[in-house]
Amino acid sequence: MSTSVRYDQASLVYPGTTAPAVASLDLTIEPGELLVLVGPSGSGKSTALRMLAGLEDVTDGRVLIGDKDVTHLRPKDRDIAMVFQNYALYPHMSVAENMGFALKIAGTPKADIDARVREAAKILDLEPYLERKPKALSGGQRQRVAMGRAIVRQPQVFCMDEPLSNLDAKLRVSTRTQIASLQRRLDTTTIYVTHDQVEAMTMGDRVAVLKDGVLQQVGTPLGLYEKPVNAFVAGFIGSPAMNLGTFRVTDGHAQIGEGRVPLPRAMTGALKADTVQLGFRPEALLPAGKGDPGSFAVEALVVEELGADAFLYGNLIGDELRADHIVARIAPRSVPEKGATVWFTIAPGALHAFDTETGLALPTD
Amino acid sequence: MTTVEVSKPAPKPAPKQLQRRRSDRPLLASLALHATLLGATVIALFPVLWILLSSFKPADRIQSSEITLVDDPTLENYRAVLFDTPFPTWFLNSVIVAAFTMVIGIAMSATCGYALSRFNFAGKRGLMWVFLITQMFPVAILIVPIYTIMANLGLIDTKPSLVIAYLTVAVPFCAWMLRGYFDTIPKELDEAAALDGLGPFGTFWRVILPLARPGLAVTAFYTFLTAWGEVAYAIAFMQSRNKLTLGAGLQQFVPQFNPQWHLLTAGSVLILIPAAVVFFFAQKHLVAGLTAGGTKG
Repeated sequence: MSTSVRYDQASLVYPGTTAPAVASLDLTIEPGELLVLVGPSGSGKSTALRMLAGLEDVTDGRVLIGDKDVTHLRPKDRDIAMVFQNYALYPHMSVAENMGFALKIAGTPKADIDARVREAAKILDLEPYLERKPKALSGGQRQRVAMGRAIVRQPQVFCMDEPLSNLDAKLRVSTRTQIASLQRRLDTTTIYVTHDQVEAMTMGDRVAVLKDGVLQQVGTPLGLYEKPVNAFVAGFIGSPAMNLGTFRVTDGHAQIGEGRVPLPRAMTGALKADTVQLGFRPEALLPAGKGDPGSFAVEALVVEELGADAFLYGNLIGDELRADHIVARIAPRSVPEKGATVWFTIAPGALHAFDTETGLALPTD
Repeated sequence: MTTVEVSKPAPKPAPKQLQRRRSDRPLLASLALHATLLGATVIALFPVLWILLSSFKPADRIQSSEITLVDDPTLENYRAVLFDTPFPTWFLNSVIVAAFTMVIGIAMSATCGYALSRFNFAGKRGLMWVFLITQMFPVAILIVPIYTIMANLGLIDTKPSLVIAYLTVAVPFCAWMLRGYFDTIPKELDEAAALDGLGPFGTFWRVILPLARPGLAVTAFYTFLTAWGEVAYAIAFMQSRNKLTLGAGLQQFVPQFNPQWHLLTAGSVLILIPAAVVFFFAQKHLVAGLTAGGTKG
């Protein structure tokens, strides 16, 4: 039933610019998969989605849905439904008309349209609102109508362009789960664009990270979290972000503040300079005593107590290369005071290393 | 501590000025304001009111040096203008010319405005400049070349010559105006329509036009008025007496010698009626917020 989607060396250069908005994208989305395209603003994630929907002209390469080359087909001939960031409901039509509009244009018999609209409305809890105009709906209801308009069509592919970014934080979390479970139930291939890495981690079967129009890495959420291929992915995925910094290397040891942290041989062997970019996640920092091997001191600046967790933001003491704060997850309730000095070591095997020039990950074992 | 003291007084005066109530205005300022508004209203309404009053006066009293408001009111002027002059024919001519100008004008400026708003095509900027620049020429300059064109086309003394001439005035302006209106309709609606299976014209017809009703209403009214009261082109192009439109026809009532003011005033009042009717239907569509709710706002 569901189909795959493939970007084959697809590029897009906007007229009047030289840098491509999307550069030679090679990406396959499996049938029924929910793939999340994530990246900072300007990374080309929305552009990539719009290339699939036919709203942007592909400059180079191909886009395929199933085995069909759709690169130069008009949007209406691609059998795609899209949920827009601002919903783009037709203001002059009722909810039912909005949802059934595509079917009406396709010449579907009225009874069929009604049945399918009712079914979608039931799934999305929209039954009481079918006769209302969009302006009489709340933000969350409008978002559901936009979803409904997409699912009524039973298309081959769903395109979702930051569909949750206009909802408030609480609604966003619950809607996120609804969309993910709905997608699994319908088993429709879905591409979901977001700038929110939490959405990407929680919703995606796989996540594709883009930066400056270039695909950085594709993989399962946990795969990206544990094995980022470069410093950008490492810093982008995860919240709070991974601690990243450049440190001096001597005798196979990295100088992190006052601590000398031993580096695996594979890592030092791949080093081309006497500095290395190291990354360690907040939860990889373990409390230590002063003088423990590999331990370093952090001056606590702020402690965020979240109940189940607490995060300590502090300055690395005795470090001349980096000025960014260090974030560490610490045990809640008995947290150090502001200005206190806390000692940490890095959990074994939790150290990521990246080339200072290229940013590419270095082998860790 | 110091930062608090510095930042405290600064933001306060601004909102206070914005929220000034009517009662805060000094009495003298209030008087002056209302006197000015009243004066402006009188100046604007006086000619219309004077024509209206004069139209009910007997013919011989209109020009009397004795100024009276109402004096022996009569409908004789209206009877005369409707039954003893070609006024009804002129009226019909004007209705036909104005109606065609309005319908063709809306069709052309709406499609043109939509294209300018949504599509990129070669010569788009040039076209928009041309639209603006043509607005700068006064009718007096355009009348001769357009007359020549009409003569070459054999259209002089026909209604199409007037319709075409009025369209040259109305369409560039209305296309600009409607383009501005279409620009306020989110592009995502076009994209949603494209994905729902509509082509460019379907999108325009079924999604954009229904939302552009206020803009279309203004366009309709403007194109109608352009043609309705126009004098210069009408006098130049129309030669047979029974083919004149109202603007040109009414002038016939007041030649240099023996002007018939009673016919002019009654005719002028009758002219107001269709314009008022068109305005009445147009203003019903001048509602704000048609696009509300379509996109997150």
